[in-house]
Amino acid sequence: MKTSPLKLALIPVLMFGFGFAMVPLYDVICDITGLNGKTGRIQAAEITDPVDRSRTIEVRFLANTSSGLPWHFEPLVKKMEIHPGQVYEAMYRVRSTSKDKTLGQAIPSVSPGTAAEHFNKTECFCFTQQALEGYETRDMPLRFVVGRDISDKIEQITLSYTFFSQDQG
Amino acid sequence: MSTEITHDTAHDEHDHHGPAKGLMRWVTTTNHKDIGTLYLWLSFIMLLYGGAMAMVIRLELFQPGLQFVEPHFFNQMTTMHGLVMVFGAIMPAFVGLANWLVPMMIGAPDMALPRMNNWSFWILPFAFAILASTSFMEGGGPAFGWTFYAPLSTTYGPDSTDFFIFAVHLMGISSVMGSINIIATILNMRAPGMTLMKMPLFVWTWLITAYLLIAVMPVLAGAVTMMLTDRHFGTSFFDAAGGGDPVMFQHIFWFFGHPEVYIMILPAFGVISAIVPTFARKPLFGYSSMVYASASIAILSFMVWAHHMFTTGMPVAGELYFMYATILISVPTGVKVFNWVTTMWKGSMTFETPMLFALGFIVMFTIGGFSGLMLGVAPVDTQYHDTYFVVAHFHYVLVTGALYSIIAAFYYWVPKWTGHMYDETLGKIHFWWSTIAVNVLFFPQHFVGLAGMPRRIPDYSLQFAEFNQISSIGGFAFGLAQIFFLYIVIKTIKGGVKATDKVWEGATGLEFEELPSPPPYHSFTQAPQVK
Repeated sequence: MKTSPLKLALIPVLMFGFGFAMVPLYDVICDITGLNGKTGRIQAAEITDPVDRSRTIEVRFLANTSSGLPWHFEPLVKKMEIHPGQVYEAMYRVRSTSKDKTLGQAIPSVSPGTAAEHFNKTECFCFTQQALEGYETRDMPLRFVVGRDISDKIEQITLSYTFFSQDQG
Repeated sequence: MSTEITHDTAHDEHDHHGPAKGLMRWVTTTNHKDIGTLYLWLSFIMLLYGGAMAMVIRLELFQPGLQFVEPHFFNQMTTMHGLVMVFGAIMPAFVGLANWLVPMMIGAPDMALPRMNNWSFWILPFAFAILASTSFMEGGGPAFGWTFYAPLSTTYGPDSTDFFIFAVHLMGISSVMGSINIIATILNMRAPGMTLMKMPLFVWTWLITAYLLIAVMPVLAGAVTMMLTDRHFGTSFFDAAGGGDPVMFQHIFWFFGHPEVYIMILPAFGVISAIVPTFARKPLFGYSSMVYASASIAILSFMVWAHHMFTTGMPVAGELYFMYATILISVPTGVKVFNWVTTMWKGSMTFETPMLFALGFIVMFTIGGFSGLMLGVAPVDTQYHDTYFVVAHFHYVLVTGALYSIIAAFYYWVPKWTGHMYDETLGKIHFWWSTIAVNVLFFPQHFVGLAGMPRRIPDYSLQFAEFNQISSIGGFAFGLAQIFFLYIVIKTIKGGVKATDKVWEGATGLEFEELPSPPPYHSFTQAPQVK
């Protein structure tokens, strides 16, 4: 029984592919487990849960802009007391400090990660790219609901948005 | 690529097929002994180069405050020191040992693919020339740590990062080719009667290591390729702005990085398993359990990578899994240490230099193993993470572990390679000098680490000053000891007491029992019969 070096060479070729396969694999695993705080999106009609008024969870809102995007970005309400199952609206204000038109994309992240899969949005400025004219100010809504099946241990959720520049170059 | 070994001539005199004359001999050689020598010299040069950068680090850390170098230059030093030592010193040294020893140990005339062997080696000097040249480029060389986490290496990496990426690609190609060669040699070219379970453990551990290499070096190549496309071709693998995730870089990197740790230590286990029985004058205790332990370490190494990432915000379930899986590795490793100790039990031991380094390995590698266990415990890792405790841990396993085994292998086999005994007195001085110095160097780093001194920072709080001074003095002494080692190496190559063919009283294996010292340029052109 002889081992062919060419057959052996298949292993590194396959493993090179596996390195890239880890990218979608990672997304799938994060999706299932909510590992890196990626939030869900649902239609308003899908909310059928009655509101659980016996529980109160504090939701805190964070807003950041990454370097390279000349925007001021802040939540109008810093925190909210919410009941699971009820839809709430939070407003964010963004103001461009550039004289030119700029394009940004908000990326959300929820902490703790285990809360992410229960944190669903019916409407969000992060669903699409936002284009601001020079010195434009815009108030943007976020409508969200926290599912009733969220773990009892979670008393506080932090929702963080970071706006990244989408301008080319 | 004929896999048949034919002997078209039956004459006994093979010595006249000697090496070619002049420098071109080394460039064009396909001889496994020549290529082994080239690898070992490259690794020695890289050891001194990486060591010189370590001296700069210890010099700057001799006192708190900034005395000698700029922080950005300091970061380049820590980064390049790590890269050069891992990819330039330790890995090529083991490949060099494999080239010299594997054919002689299994009774093969040469490696299976001698021309590719030449290529595997000659890629490396270019890879390291490219890597070293980045230090002279505008913006400096890589300064993001040897782990080159994104976005430090993507968004914020200096321009020279692209040269670094290319160098890593070349090293990966070299490693993969070398590994395929070693696997093909071991599986196809063993002498009649040399069954798998009769192979020396060094051959076994290298077979397993070679499989690890061909499995994970391509993953590293994938990671740096993603970095390259993120940097220049508009992809967002590791960029949150485009939907990527920087934490994913760490997953991909450590999926390579953790098996890499065992790539650097499994051949060391093989070396120690050869030396200890010789000087205890007893056969190795538990040969088959050694083979199985090596294989299980290799398999487990693919399942524990995220223990490098306990502080990235993993869920508790993940931390628990990676903690238990990590600690499970101490079982096969414990089997090995137990077997070495049991081999020595009631043996008639002598303490020549190779044995001293092997014993130093067993004691100090185990110290590094214990601090590794501490780091593997997720709840306490939060405190140890990115402190000097980690630095102390991996230097105990890599310096007094991997490097000590390489030095032990040199003293053990150099009489066979050159036909000259090394100077025993100088060898013993080298051992005690290095061992005292290395402990003065790294042991205090446990304490400053536990007290909270972060790694990779050129300045530190005043309360760490004494321990850092002690550490630096040990560092300079250890560096000097390796210059002394260079002198011993050259002296041994140039001459010395003639070594016997068996070299050591208790030596076993084809290279000691069937070949003269030094072996002919082409050995085992007639395959020996293994009983």
